[in-house]
Amino acid sequence: MLSKLTKGEREGGLIILLAMTVIGLVIAIAGRGDPISAHGFLIMLFSMAVAVPVMRHLFDPEPSRDRLDSYYDDPSKVGVVLTFAWGAFAMFVGDWVAWLLVEPNLTFSGAWSSFGRLRPVHTTGVIFGFGGNGLIATSFYVMQRTCRARLPDQLSPWFVLIGYNLFCLLAVSGYMLGITQSKEYAEPEWYADLWLVVVWIVYFVLYLRTLSRRQEPHIYVANWYYMAFIVVVAMLHIVNNLAVPVSLFGAKSHSLFAGVQDALTEWWYGHNAVAFFLTSGFLGMMYYYLPVRAGRPIFSYRMSIISFWGITFMYMWVGSHHLHYTALPQWVQTLGMTFSLVLLVPSWGSAANALLTLNGAWHKVRDDATLRFMMVAAVFYGLTTFEGSFMAIRSVNSLSHYTDWTVGHVHAGALGWVAMITFGALYASIPWLWKRERMYSPALVELHFWLALAGTAVYVFAMWNSGIIQGLMWRTYTENGNLAYTFIDSLVAMKPYYIARAIGGLLFLLGALAGCLNLFLTIRLAPGEAEAERAGSGPAYGRPSAAALQAGE
Amino acid sequence: MAIEERDPLTGHRTTGHEWNGIKELNTPVPRIVYFFLITTTLFGLVYWVFMPALPLGTTYTKGILGYDERNVVRRDLARAAQDQAHWRDVVAQADFATIAADETVMGNVREAGHALFGQNCAVCHGVDASGNAGFPGLSTGALNWGDTPEAIEETIRVGINSAHPESRSAQMPAFGRDGILQRAEIEAVAAYVRDLGRSGADGAAADHPEGAEIFAANCAACHGDDARGNADVGAPDLADDKWLYGGGLQTVYSSVWAGRQGHMPTWEGRLGSLNIKILAAYLDDLRKARP
Repeated sequence: MLSKLTKGEREGGLIILLAMTVIGLVIAIAGRGDPISAHGFLIMLFSMAVAVPVMRHLFDPEPSRDRLDSYYDDPSKVGVVLTFAWGAFAMFVGDWVAWLLVEPNLTFSGAWSSFGRLRPVHTTGVIFGFGGNGLIATSFYVMQRTCRARLPDQLSPWFVLIGYNLFCLLAVSGYMLGITQSKEYAEPEWYADLWLVVVWIVYFVLYLRTLSRRQEPHIYVANWYYMAFIVVVAMLHIVNNLAVPVSLFGAKSHSLFAGVQDALTEWWYGHNAVAFFLTSGFLGMMYYYLPVRAGRPIFSYRMSIISFWGITFMYMWVGSHHLHYTALPQWVQTLGMTFSLVLLVPSWGSAANALLTLNGAWHKVRDDATLRFMMVAAVFYGLTTFEGSFMAIRSVNSLSHYTDWTVGHVHAGALGWVAMITFGALYASIPWLWKRERMYSPALVELHFWLALAGTAVYVFAMWNSGIIQGLMWRTYTENGNLAYTFIDSLVAMKPYYIARAIGGLLFLLGALAGCLNLFLTIRLAPGEAEAERAGSGPAYGRPSAAALQAGE
Repeated sequence: MAIEERDPLTGHRTTGHEWNGIKELNTPVPRIVYFFLITTTLFGLVYWVFMPALPLGTTYTKGILGYDERNVVRRDLARAAQDQAHWRDVVAQADFATIAADETVMGNVREAGHALFGQNCAVCHGVDASGNAGFPGLSTGALNWGDTPEAIEETIRVGINSAHPESRSAQMPAFGRDGILQRAEIEAVAAYVRDLGRSGADGAAADHPEGAEIFAANCAACHGDDARGNADVGAPDLADDKWLYGGGLQTVYSSVWAGRQGHMPTWEGRLGSLNIKILAAYLDDLRKARP
């Protein structure tokens, strides 16, 4: 894999890694006595671990020019494996956290394993570790194919992928060490945030360079969405994380914002992280893998346009619906609510465009669990966006806010939409990437599908029930106008639903583990394409056609 | 690239573009999409006219309805206070015996007390007021600082070893750590105290004569000759076989060795006098129901 890099790329990579090793060492030494020191060591060891194989291949001969005539998929392959690894890890932590809510003593008396530290490990692990790696891996794959251009160079995709995973590691290990800036979904401290900015700019430039080298006259929809994901996440990340570090070699920083401005900035970030990380990027994924797998043209190009611009414009405004009935002025809440309602239309436009694309291919949905993953994802996308707009209405929100309904809503989106479309896209691309006829075990894909669907359904139904019961208990008054229940009463009432939720999560986790096993078996044991062709059985499902491409440089 | 092509299944034209095998149909956007886009947008605009919506520099548009959720809250609170005045006024003015005798008032005290206790006290004392290790049960048995409703009200108001200037304060000395008693003496007195509730004063004294002597010399000043405690100084009853920190010999030994200084916050600033009185009446009622 490494000998495919040119000598210059290997040398450049090694210089970056050695520089990072030194930076890590400096942080480790200068930050003695501060938790940042542990992160200095982590950066150093991580960089050294990546540098070792680079050094071993440093003096390999220059690769042949043939490589430039095919797409560069090695980073996507590694990204796919990392996606599954992060998914298994973070879903395991998620289910652990779910059981903690049933049995609070399952922390084994560790500070690192307390609920407040494990929960962000779960959220960051699934959103950034699992989701982010899935987006990076598929975006490299999709942008090359839809631009009919090879990645312009071979070093920057690696920088993006490896650098991004270093960020995820810093984030997750930091929470367990107690390093956090306590902003939901933006917990990593200032130095990890700065590192992500560097990685993200390289990602952005890489995407633009590939687009500018495209052989196709038009830019395909999937690329609009991936670009929106990259551009807006950069904007959100930078603004929300503006902070002043207490010292150059200390982990702690203070946000530039305070009070209700801080809250609004945070939820402008938080909701648009949902919009542009967890929606826009994955819509890009859907717009490529679903039509290819179904072998059908996109239902309507015009719907794509309306949906894309509707989502991109409307989402920016709706973050304030997270702060209904708070210190936030009511007029800001009004704007958040009304834009949320309009937003439903383009959201359903995307879901409908996906489902109508399947017209003429429903027999494939029936037979092919991979395509079914994508179909169910589109359905859950529609359900969740409807629920989201509904919950953004102030009077509905007064019941749902602070309850498990929110948790159920998020997981309908995260499990039903994000994870399902990711698994669908990965199961489609793994055989293409590794040049296999198909996944090693279609039965395992089928099992994964049903475990994932059952887990999501159990989870979401449990949280709907518990959320609405909580909301009602908190607002129930006796005839005499006294509160009928205390908060603790509502906790006791939640217990059966928390057990059900943890079981739902366990089912989903088991499905993901089946996926990991299938990935391993496919890489190791599945028959290659050439063998399959000799045996006279072509690929069963839609496969992207190979046309002449813009060669790499 | 633009090649006219018609999808045989739907009859729609494609846009003529193709990316890696993906084509797009040029299907017109269904009317219903425009309908809902316009409807939701119109709703939004109308809502903006009626409700607070748009920033105007230092102020904002108030909306035709003049709706302000702070006013709604103020109105609701005022109405609730008015609805509850008939029994809250009685609680505020009457003594505890009068409150306890009035069934209507007590019905409300039980409801409001349940909520107040559950939100504020249950975290330490347990949902049913039966206590936890380190936090006394309140529903039965003697209370360290007295169990009349008046005494309970005062304890809630000022707290124990709290920041309140009139706080109840008590400290059990660290007999072992401060060298007042020797290790063997503490073992003896701990064994005596532990058995007080089980074997009675005579039985315990017979089994642990040395412990009984040490008790009389060192502990009786606060806990009383009969070890029944003294609510005036917050000294707990040691003869009832109810244990705040646990009744194991080791725990009793630790209490004598290192002393104890329990802590309960003052609730005066947080709950206000009326709610505290409701809580005291509620607890008094709870204790009567569970003798």
